[in-house]
Amino acid sequence: MTEQLKMDAPATDRRLDGMAQGLVGAPLDRPEGPLKVTGTATYADEYRIENLAHGMLVRAPGNSGRVRLANREAVAAMPGVLAVIHDPRLLRNPAQGTANKAPVQDPNEAHYLGQPVALVVAESFEQARHAAQSLEIALEGGAPRPVDPETAAYEPQPAKGVDQGDLDDAMAKATHSIDVTYRTPSHSSAPMEPHASIAQWEGEDLTLRGSYQMLKYNRNELADALGIHPDRVRILAPYVGGGFGSKLGLAPEAVAAAIAAKETGRPVSVALTRPQVFETTMRRSETRQRVRLTVDPEGRLTGIGQAALVSNLPGEVFSEPVLQATHFLYAGENRRLSLDLARVHRLCAGSVRAPGEAVGITVLECAMDELAEAAGIDPVELRRRNIPEKDPESGKEFSSRRFREALDSGAEAFGWKDRPATRSRREGEWWIGYGMASAARINVLKESRARVTLAPDGTARVETDMTDIGTGTYAILGQIAGEMLGLPRESVEVVLGDTDLPAAAGSGGSWGASSSGTSVYVACQAIRAQLAQRLGVAETDLTLRDGQAVFDNRTESLAAILNGDEIVKEGHVLPGETSKAVRQATFGAYFVEVAVNGVTGETRVRRMHGSFAAGRILNAKTARSQCLGGMIFGIGMALTEEMAFDDRDGHLANHNLAEYHIPVNADVPQITVELLEERDDWASPLQAKGIGELGICGAAGAIVNAIYNATGVRVRDFPATLDKVLAGL
Amino acid sequence: MQTSLTINGTARELDLDPRTSLLDALRHHLGLTGTKKGCDHGQCGACTALVNGRRVNACLSLLCMHDGDEVTTIEGLGQPGALSPMQQAFVEKDGFQCGYCTPGQICSATAMLEEIAQGWPSHVTEDLEAQPELTIEEISERMSGNLCRCSAYPNIVDAIRKAAGETA
Ligand code: FES
Ligand code: FES
Repeated sequence: MTEQLKMDAPATDRRLDGMAQGLVGAPLDRPEGPLKVTGTATYADEYRIENLAHGMLVRAPGNSGRVRLANREAVAAMPGVLAVIHDPRLLRNPAQGTANKAPVQDPNEAHYLGQPVALVVAESFEQARHAAQSLEIALEGGAPRPVDPETAAYEPQPAKGVDQGDLDDAMAKATHSIDVTYRTPSHSSAPMEPHASIAQWEGEDLTLRGSYQMLKYNRNELADALGIHPDRVRILAPYVGGGFGSKLGLAPEAVAAAIAAKETGRPVSVALTRPQVFETTMRRSETRQRVRLTVDPEGRLTGIGQAALVSNLPGEVFSEPVLQATHFLYAGENRRLSLDLARVHRLCAGSVRAPGEAVGITVLECAMDELAEAAGIDPVELRRRNIPEKDPESGKEFSSRRFREALDSGAEAFGWKDRPATRSRREGEWWIGYGMASAARINVLKESRARVTLAPDGTARVETDMTDIGTGTYAILGQIAGEMLGLPRESVEVVLGDTDLPAAAGSGGSWGASSSGTSVYVACQAIRAQLAQRLGVAETDLTLRDGQAVFDNRTESLAAILNGDEIVKEGHVLPGETSKAVRQATFGAYFVEVAVNGVTGETRVRRMHGSFAAGRILNAKTARSQCLGGMIFGIGMALTEEMAFDDRDGHLANHNLAEYHIPVNADVPQITVELLEERDDWASPLQAKGIGELGICGAAGAIVNAIYNATGVRVRDFPATLDKVLAGL
Repeated sequence: MQTSLTINGTARELDLDPRTSLLDALRHHLGLTGTKKGCDHGQCGACTALVNGRRVNACLSLLCMHDGDEVTTIEGLGQPGALSPMQQAFVEKDGFQCGYCTPGQICSATAMLEEIAQGWPSHVTEDLEAQPELTIEEISERMSGNLCRCSAYPNIVDAIRKAAGETA
């Protein structure tokens, strides 16, 4: 029943190009759209469950010491309180993405300020909130702990670096060079739906309605945390209100809800408050990055150096992979890339949209702008001259790469040729400038499964535990199945977000669409083969369209071919040799016009354009929205987003949306996006690559470079807030 | 505490803890979970509903303050199969991704068009006396109380313009 594809060879047959339904790539509306716009799509904390009790997390007021619940009995006696839970299985912080096992569990010791250490459960939300606020947490025997990454002890991460040639020698001999240090602060994913779980036991079986991105891993993480078998756990997440990395790994509220539900014998809901979302889910690590670049007289890079410092809590293996795309984006024979991980007692660092490239390429692209200036070369031209023929470190070929086309086409669409000289164009109080940056992000395929059922009436159903966190999964999986089986989009139902269904790759790392999409493709191929067998024709001679099979100059309806039977196939894709044989990545370019106020230092993004190449586009409408989303994250990174930590105890000072400034509508112009036509045979049989993160991988650099063009002010400490710009005006 | 009000055209009697916000009354007690909780303290707009025709953050007021009020939530604007023009425009223009901020955006946009029709100026209106026009700048400014982390803002603006054209 299961058809398996291990991606060991490029899929040069490009079967989707020969299909007849015309769905794949089309800018179709999201099928679940009517539910979302009417408020009838049900998110984690929205199930009406009888006898539901409410839990509220209580957190450590410091980053050190033994935890004692000082007034536990008094709180337990408050009106409506059902339980005060301080269980050794409570999570210190969320699991990292794809961890597949529980993270550190230690509610008896404070490791960072804001760490969940207890849960208060009550009949009503209001009672639980009041009781939780009344619970006093005493920390005993603590000592000051390092919270500043720049002074804390650190661990080198040699596996993520490279040392090739002689960068010092290249610096000494270079015609032009730069040596600059940039800093980026921590960022919060800040999805609009706060993390929430409803846990419900039936005997020894647990059902968790949660807000999660990667259910097959989350199920194992939850089972491991509770000490039960994964078969006992079912997770449901049909709708997820955004994740951006913060819902990759199982988070503290899920385990707390499960323990509370067991202890009280009732279903329990635990929803994080907005400050808790900021303080107990993942932050993107801050970075300090020293970049050195050298060019020869022709503007060809001879050396690239990037030395990054990032941080995390003790016991966490994740280190922000800052150098990930620097390894292959540009040529240059002398390369020294290094990463150090400082250990600090701030909240946990993990994946936030495009871990690595979001900050690594952004800073590299600012440095490239500085180099272009130093060498007197146009920034687009400098990049064009340094596109390597092959991966400059491994010597592997690129699977597909329309990087040069993105630079050229984006420059043309934007009108780059009209870029003003530095600090030369003024309109009233406003300095006007243009900036650009390249985009690059690695591409990954992950193991994924899906079941496709072709029913006797000629409709189809796709089932997988894959999630749609706004990424368009409902749309694209239906389009792929409809295309392969020759069915109109309305004839395909897509069921997601249930661990009882075949296990998918999950949403994250931009791999969800190509991985889960391939599993659907593989299942549909098997169904096509069976249909062809019934008709006695070769599968490749079968044309399926609008519920009809066309073969040998004959036409027959699917219902007639099926003759009352259904065909059920499971597709299973595994990464193989193609992941190792070539360098797979996505590319693009951003172009930005800013206006910087000469009096206040305020920056407004007036125009923004992105040209991207990410293999075959599966739905032009949802893919464009993903690019918009990434680029707007870039606006936030460039201008306003910054988690501010207290130097004394590492506490997050701006733990809410009024003080952590994500972009609002008025901060964002009518951005334009171009999706370049591309097929990547090495990436998947869909020829598609990931696109969910490409939009952020350098975008903020284009804005900061535009600020320089407008004003002559280089801001090397993100975000480029008014004070920093004004200081240079 | 006893509160009588009309919700989506239906009279309701509620007797709840006085600490219950209008938002939690809708979500926890009436099953109207279309109104979302993004922050619970007036910073995101996900909980936007219409009270006596005006947009409010439902998390910022207590249920007991709404005795006698008429409340319209997203469920009252349209249903699958019978979408309002604004809801339909959001679907067509992809004015959302995850959908969590979306009911708030749509309630807000619906009331916002009415505010413009009534001639209310905004921070970006040049002439405070004249009838404001539905420019991109006006829409963006007036919709900036509704955060969208999926960042569908350009599409939200397009959707509102489309809906305004259809209803005008
Ligand atoms: S939930 Fe009311 S404004 Fe955020
Ligand atoms: S659609 Fe996800 S927050 Fe707006």
